[in-house]
Amino acid sequence: MVHLVGRLWRLFRSPSARFSLGLLLIVGFVGGVVFLSGFNWGLELTNNETFCRGCHEMNDNVYPEYRGTIHDQNRTGVRATCPDCHVPHEFLPKMKRKLQASNEVLNKLLGTIDTREKFENHRLELELHEWTRMKESDSHTCRSCHNFAAMDLSRQGPRARLRHTQAAEQGQTCIDCHKGIAHQLATGALDAEKVFNEQWAVSHPQPAKQEGH
Amino acid sequence: MKTKILAFLMAAVLGFGTVAAADEVQSLRGKPAVEADTPPPVSNTVEGPRYARNYRQQPPLIPHRIEKYEIDLKVNMCLRCHDWPNNVQENAPMVSVSHFIDREGHKLDKVSSQRWFCVQCHVPQADAKPLVDNSFTPASK
Repeated sequence: MVHLVGRLWRLFRSPSARFSLGLLLIVGFVGGVVFLSGFNWGLELTNNETFCRGCHEMNDNVYPEYRGTIHDQNRTGVRATCPDCHVPHEFLPKMKRKLQASNEVLNKLLGTIDTREKFENHRLELELHEWTRMKESDSHTCRSCHNFAAMDLSRQGPRARLRHTQAAEQGQTCIDCHKGIAHQLATGALDAEKVFNEQWAVSHPQPAKQEGH
Repeated sequence: MKTKILAFLMAAVLGFGTVAAADEVQSLRGKPAVEADTPPPVSNTVEGPRYARNYRQQPPLIPHRIEKYEIDLKVNMCLRCHDWPNNVQENAPMVSVSHFIDREGHKLDKVSSQRWFCVQCHVPQADAKPLVDNSFTPASK
């Protein structure tokens, strides 16, 4: 066995005596293009609303809750579907999230949340995962559409204007306030939110503010 | 032969009859058994200055939109700002302590379940004209 691996390794390392360098380059280039397009195509197949709704766990629980919310239906018809919010848009974080999702496949097979009751029992845990992801990425997926710097505060309602100004001053991120905007919250979500915020403040201490003269 | 055809026809008619009956489910209240609710019309909530109460016991009106806040068996998003001590940080009016007493008079640390659904009494303020002319005058006048 070791002998075979050694032989293959030597074959891999030794220069080709049969094929021209040009042919090897062309085959390598075309192969690379085919591989990358196929990879991207496969990735996009698993990164849209239809795919997400493909399992009944999503289709019967979170999807009907999302229906009719502002991200699903609005004046202009611009929609934010599942991956727009739940899958990072940058390449490496996206790959990381996609690999993590293999755990979701495992739990689909185990039937962890295959009834509404089981889903509700796990909702708080799932919710905390999502809050953590949003906090860690500074609500990156929100901000890919909602650019804070481009917000015209003067066109917002008086309450939103005040709170958004405060949020900018305090360096808050979207998820700090905007929880449960597209899906229902879990039982005990508000108590869990307080604990979550306290734990976050301990694990991510803010640098002390410089006092001006 | 004739009886066979007759029996076949009767079976067909009966079969058809049951299929037709299954289409129209009758309930004691007539049909259909459950009618889908039509969503209420979008109201124009007046955000900003609070409307004054018209009589002492009137539940205060809500001076902001509330349609995105979840109130159900699981959570009550109103309490996220209006429950003490959250209201201090959020600079929001506090839920009255009368809401923390159950019907036996026990004082509670959580909003009484009889008071859980805020919008049973509190509604967003709107510039709603009276549907019928009336002689109501606010108690404060």
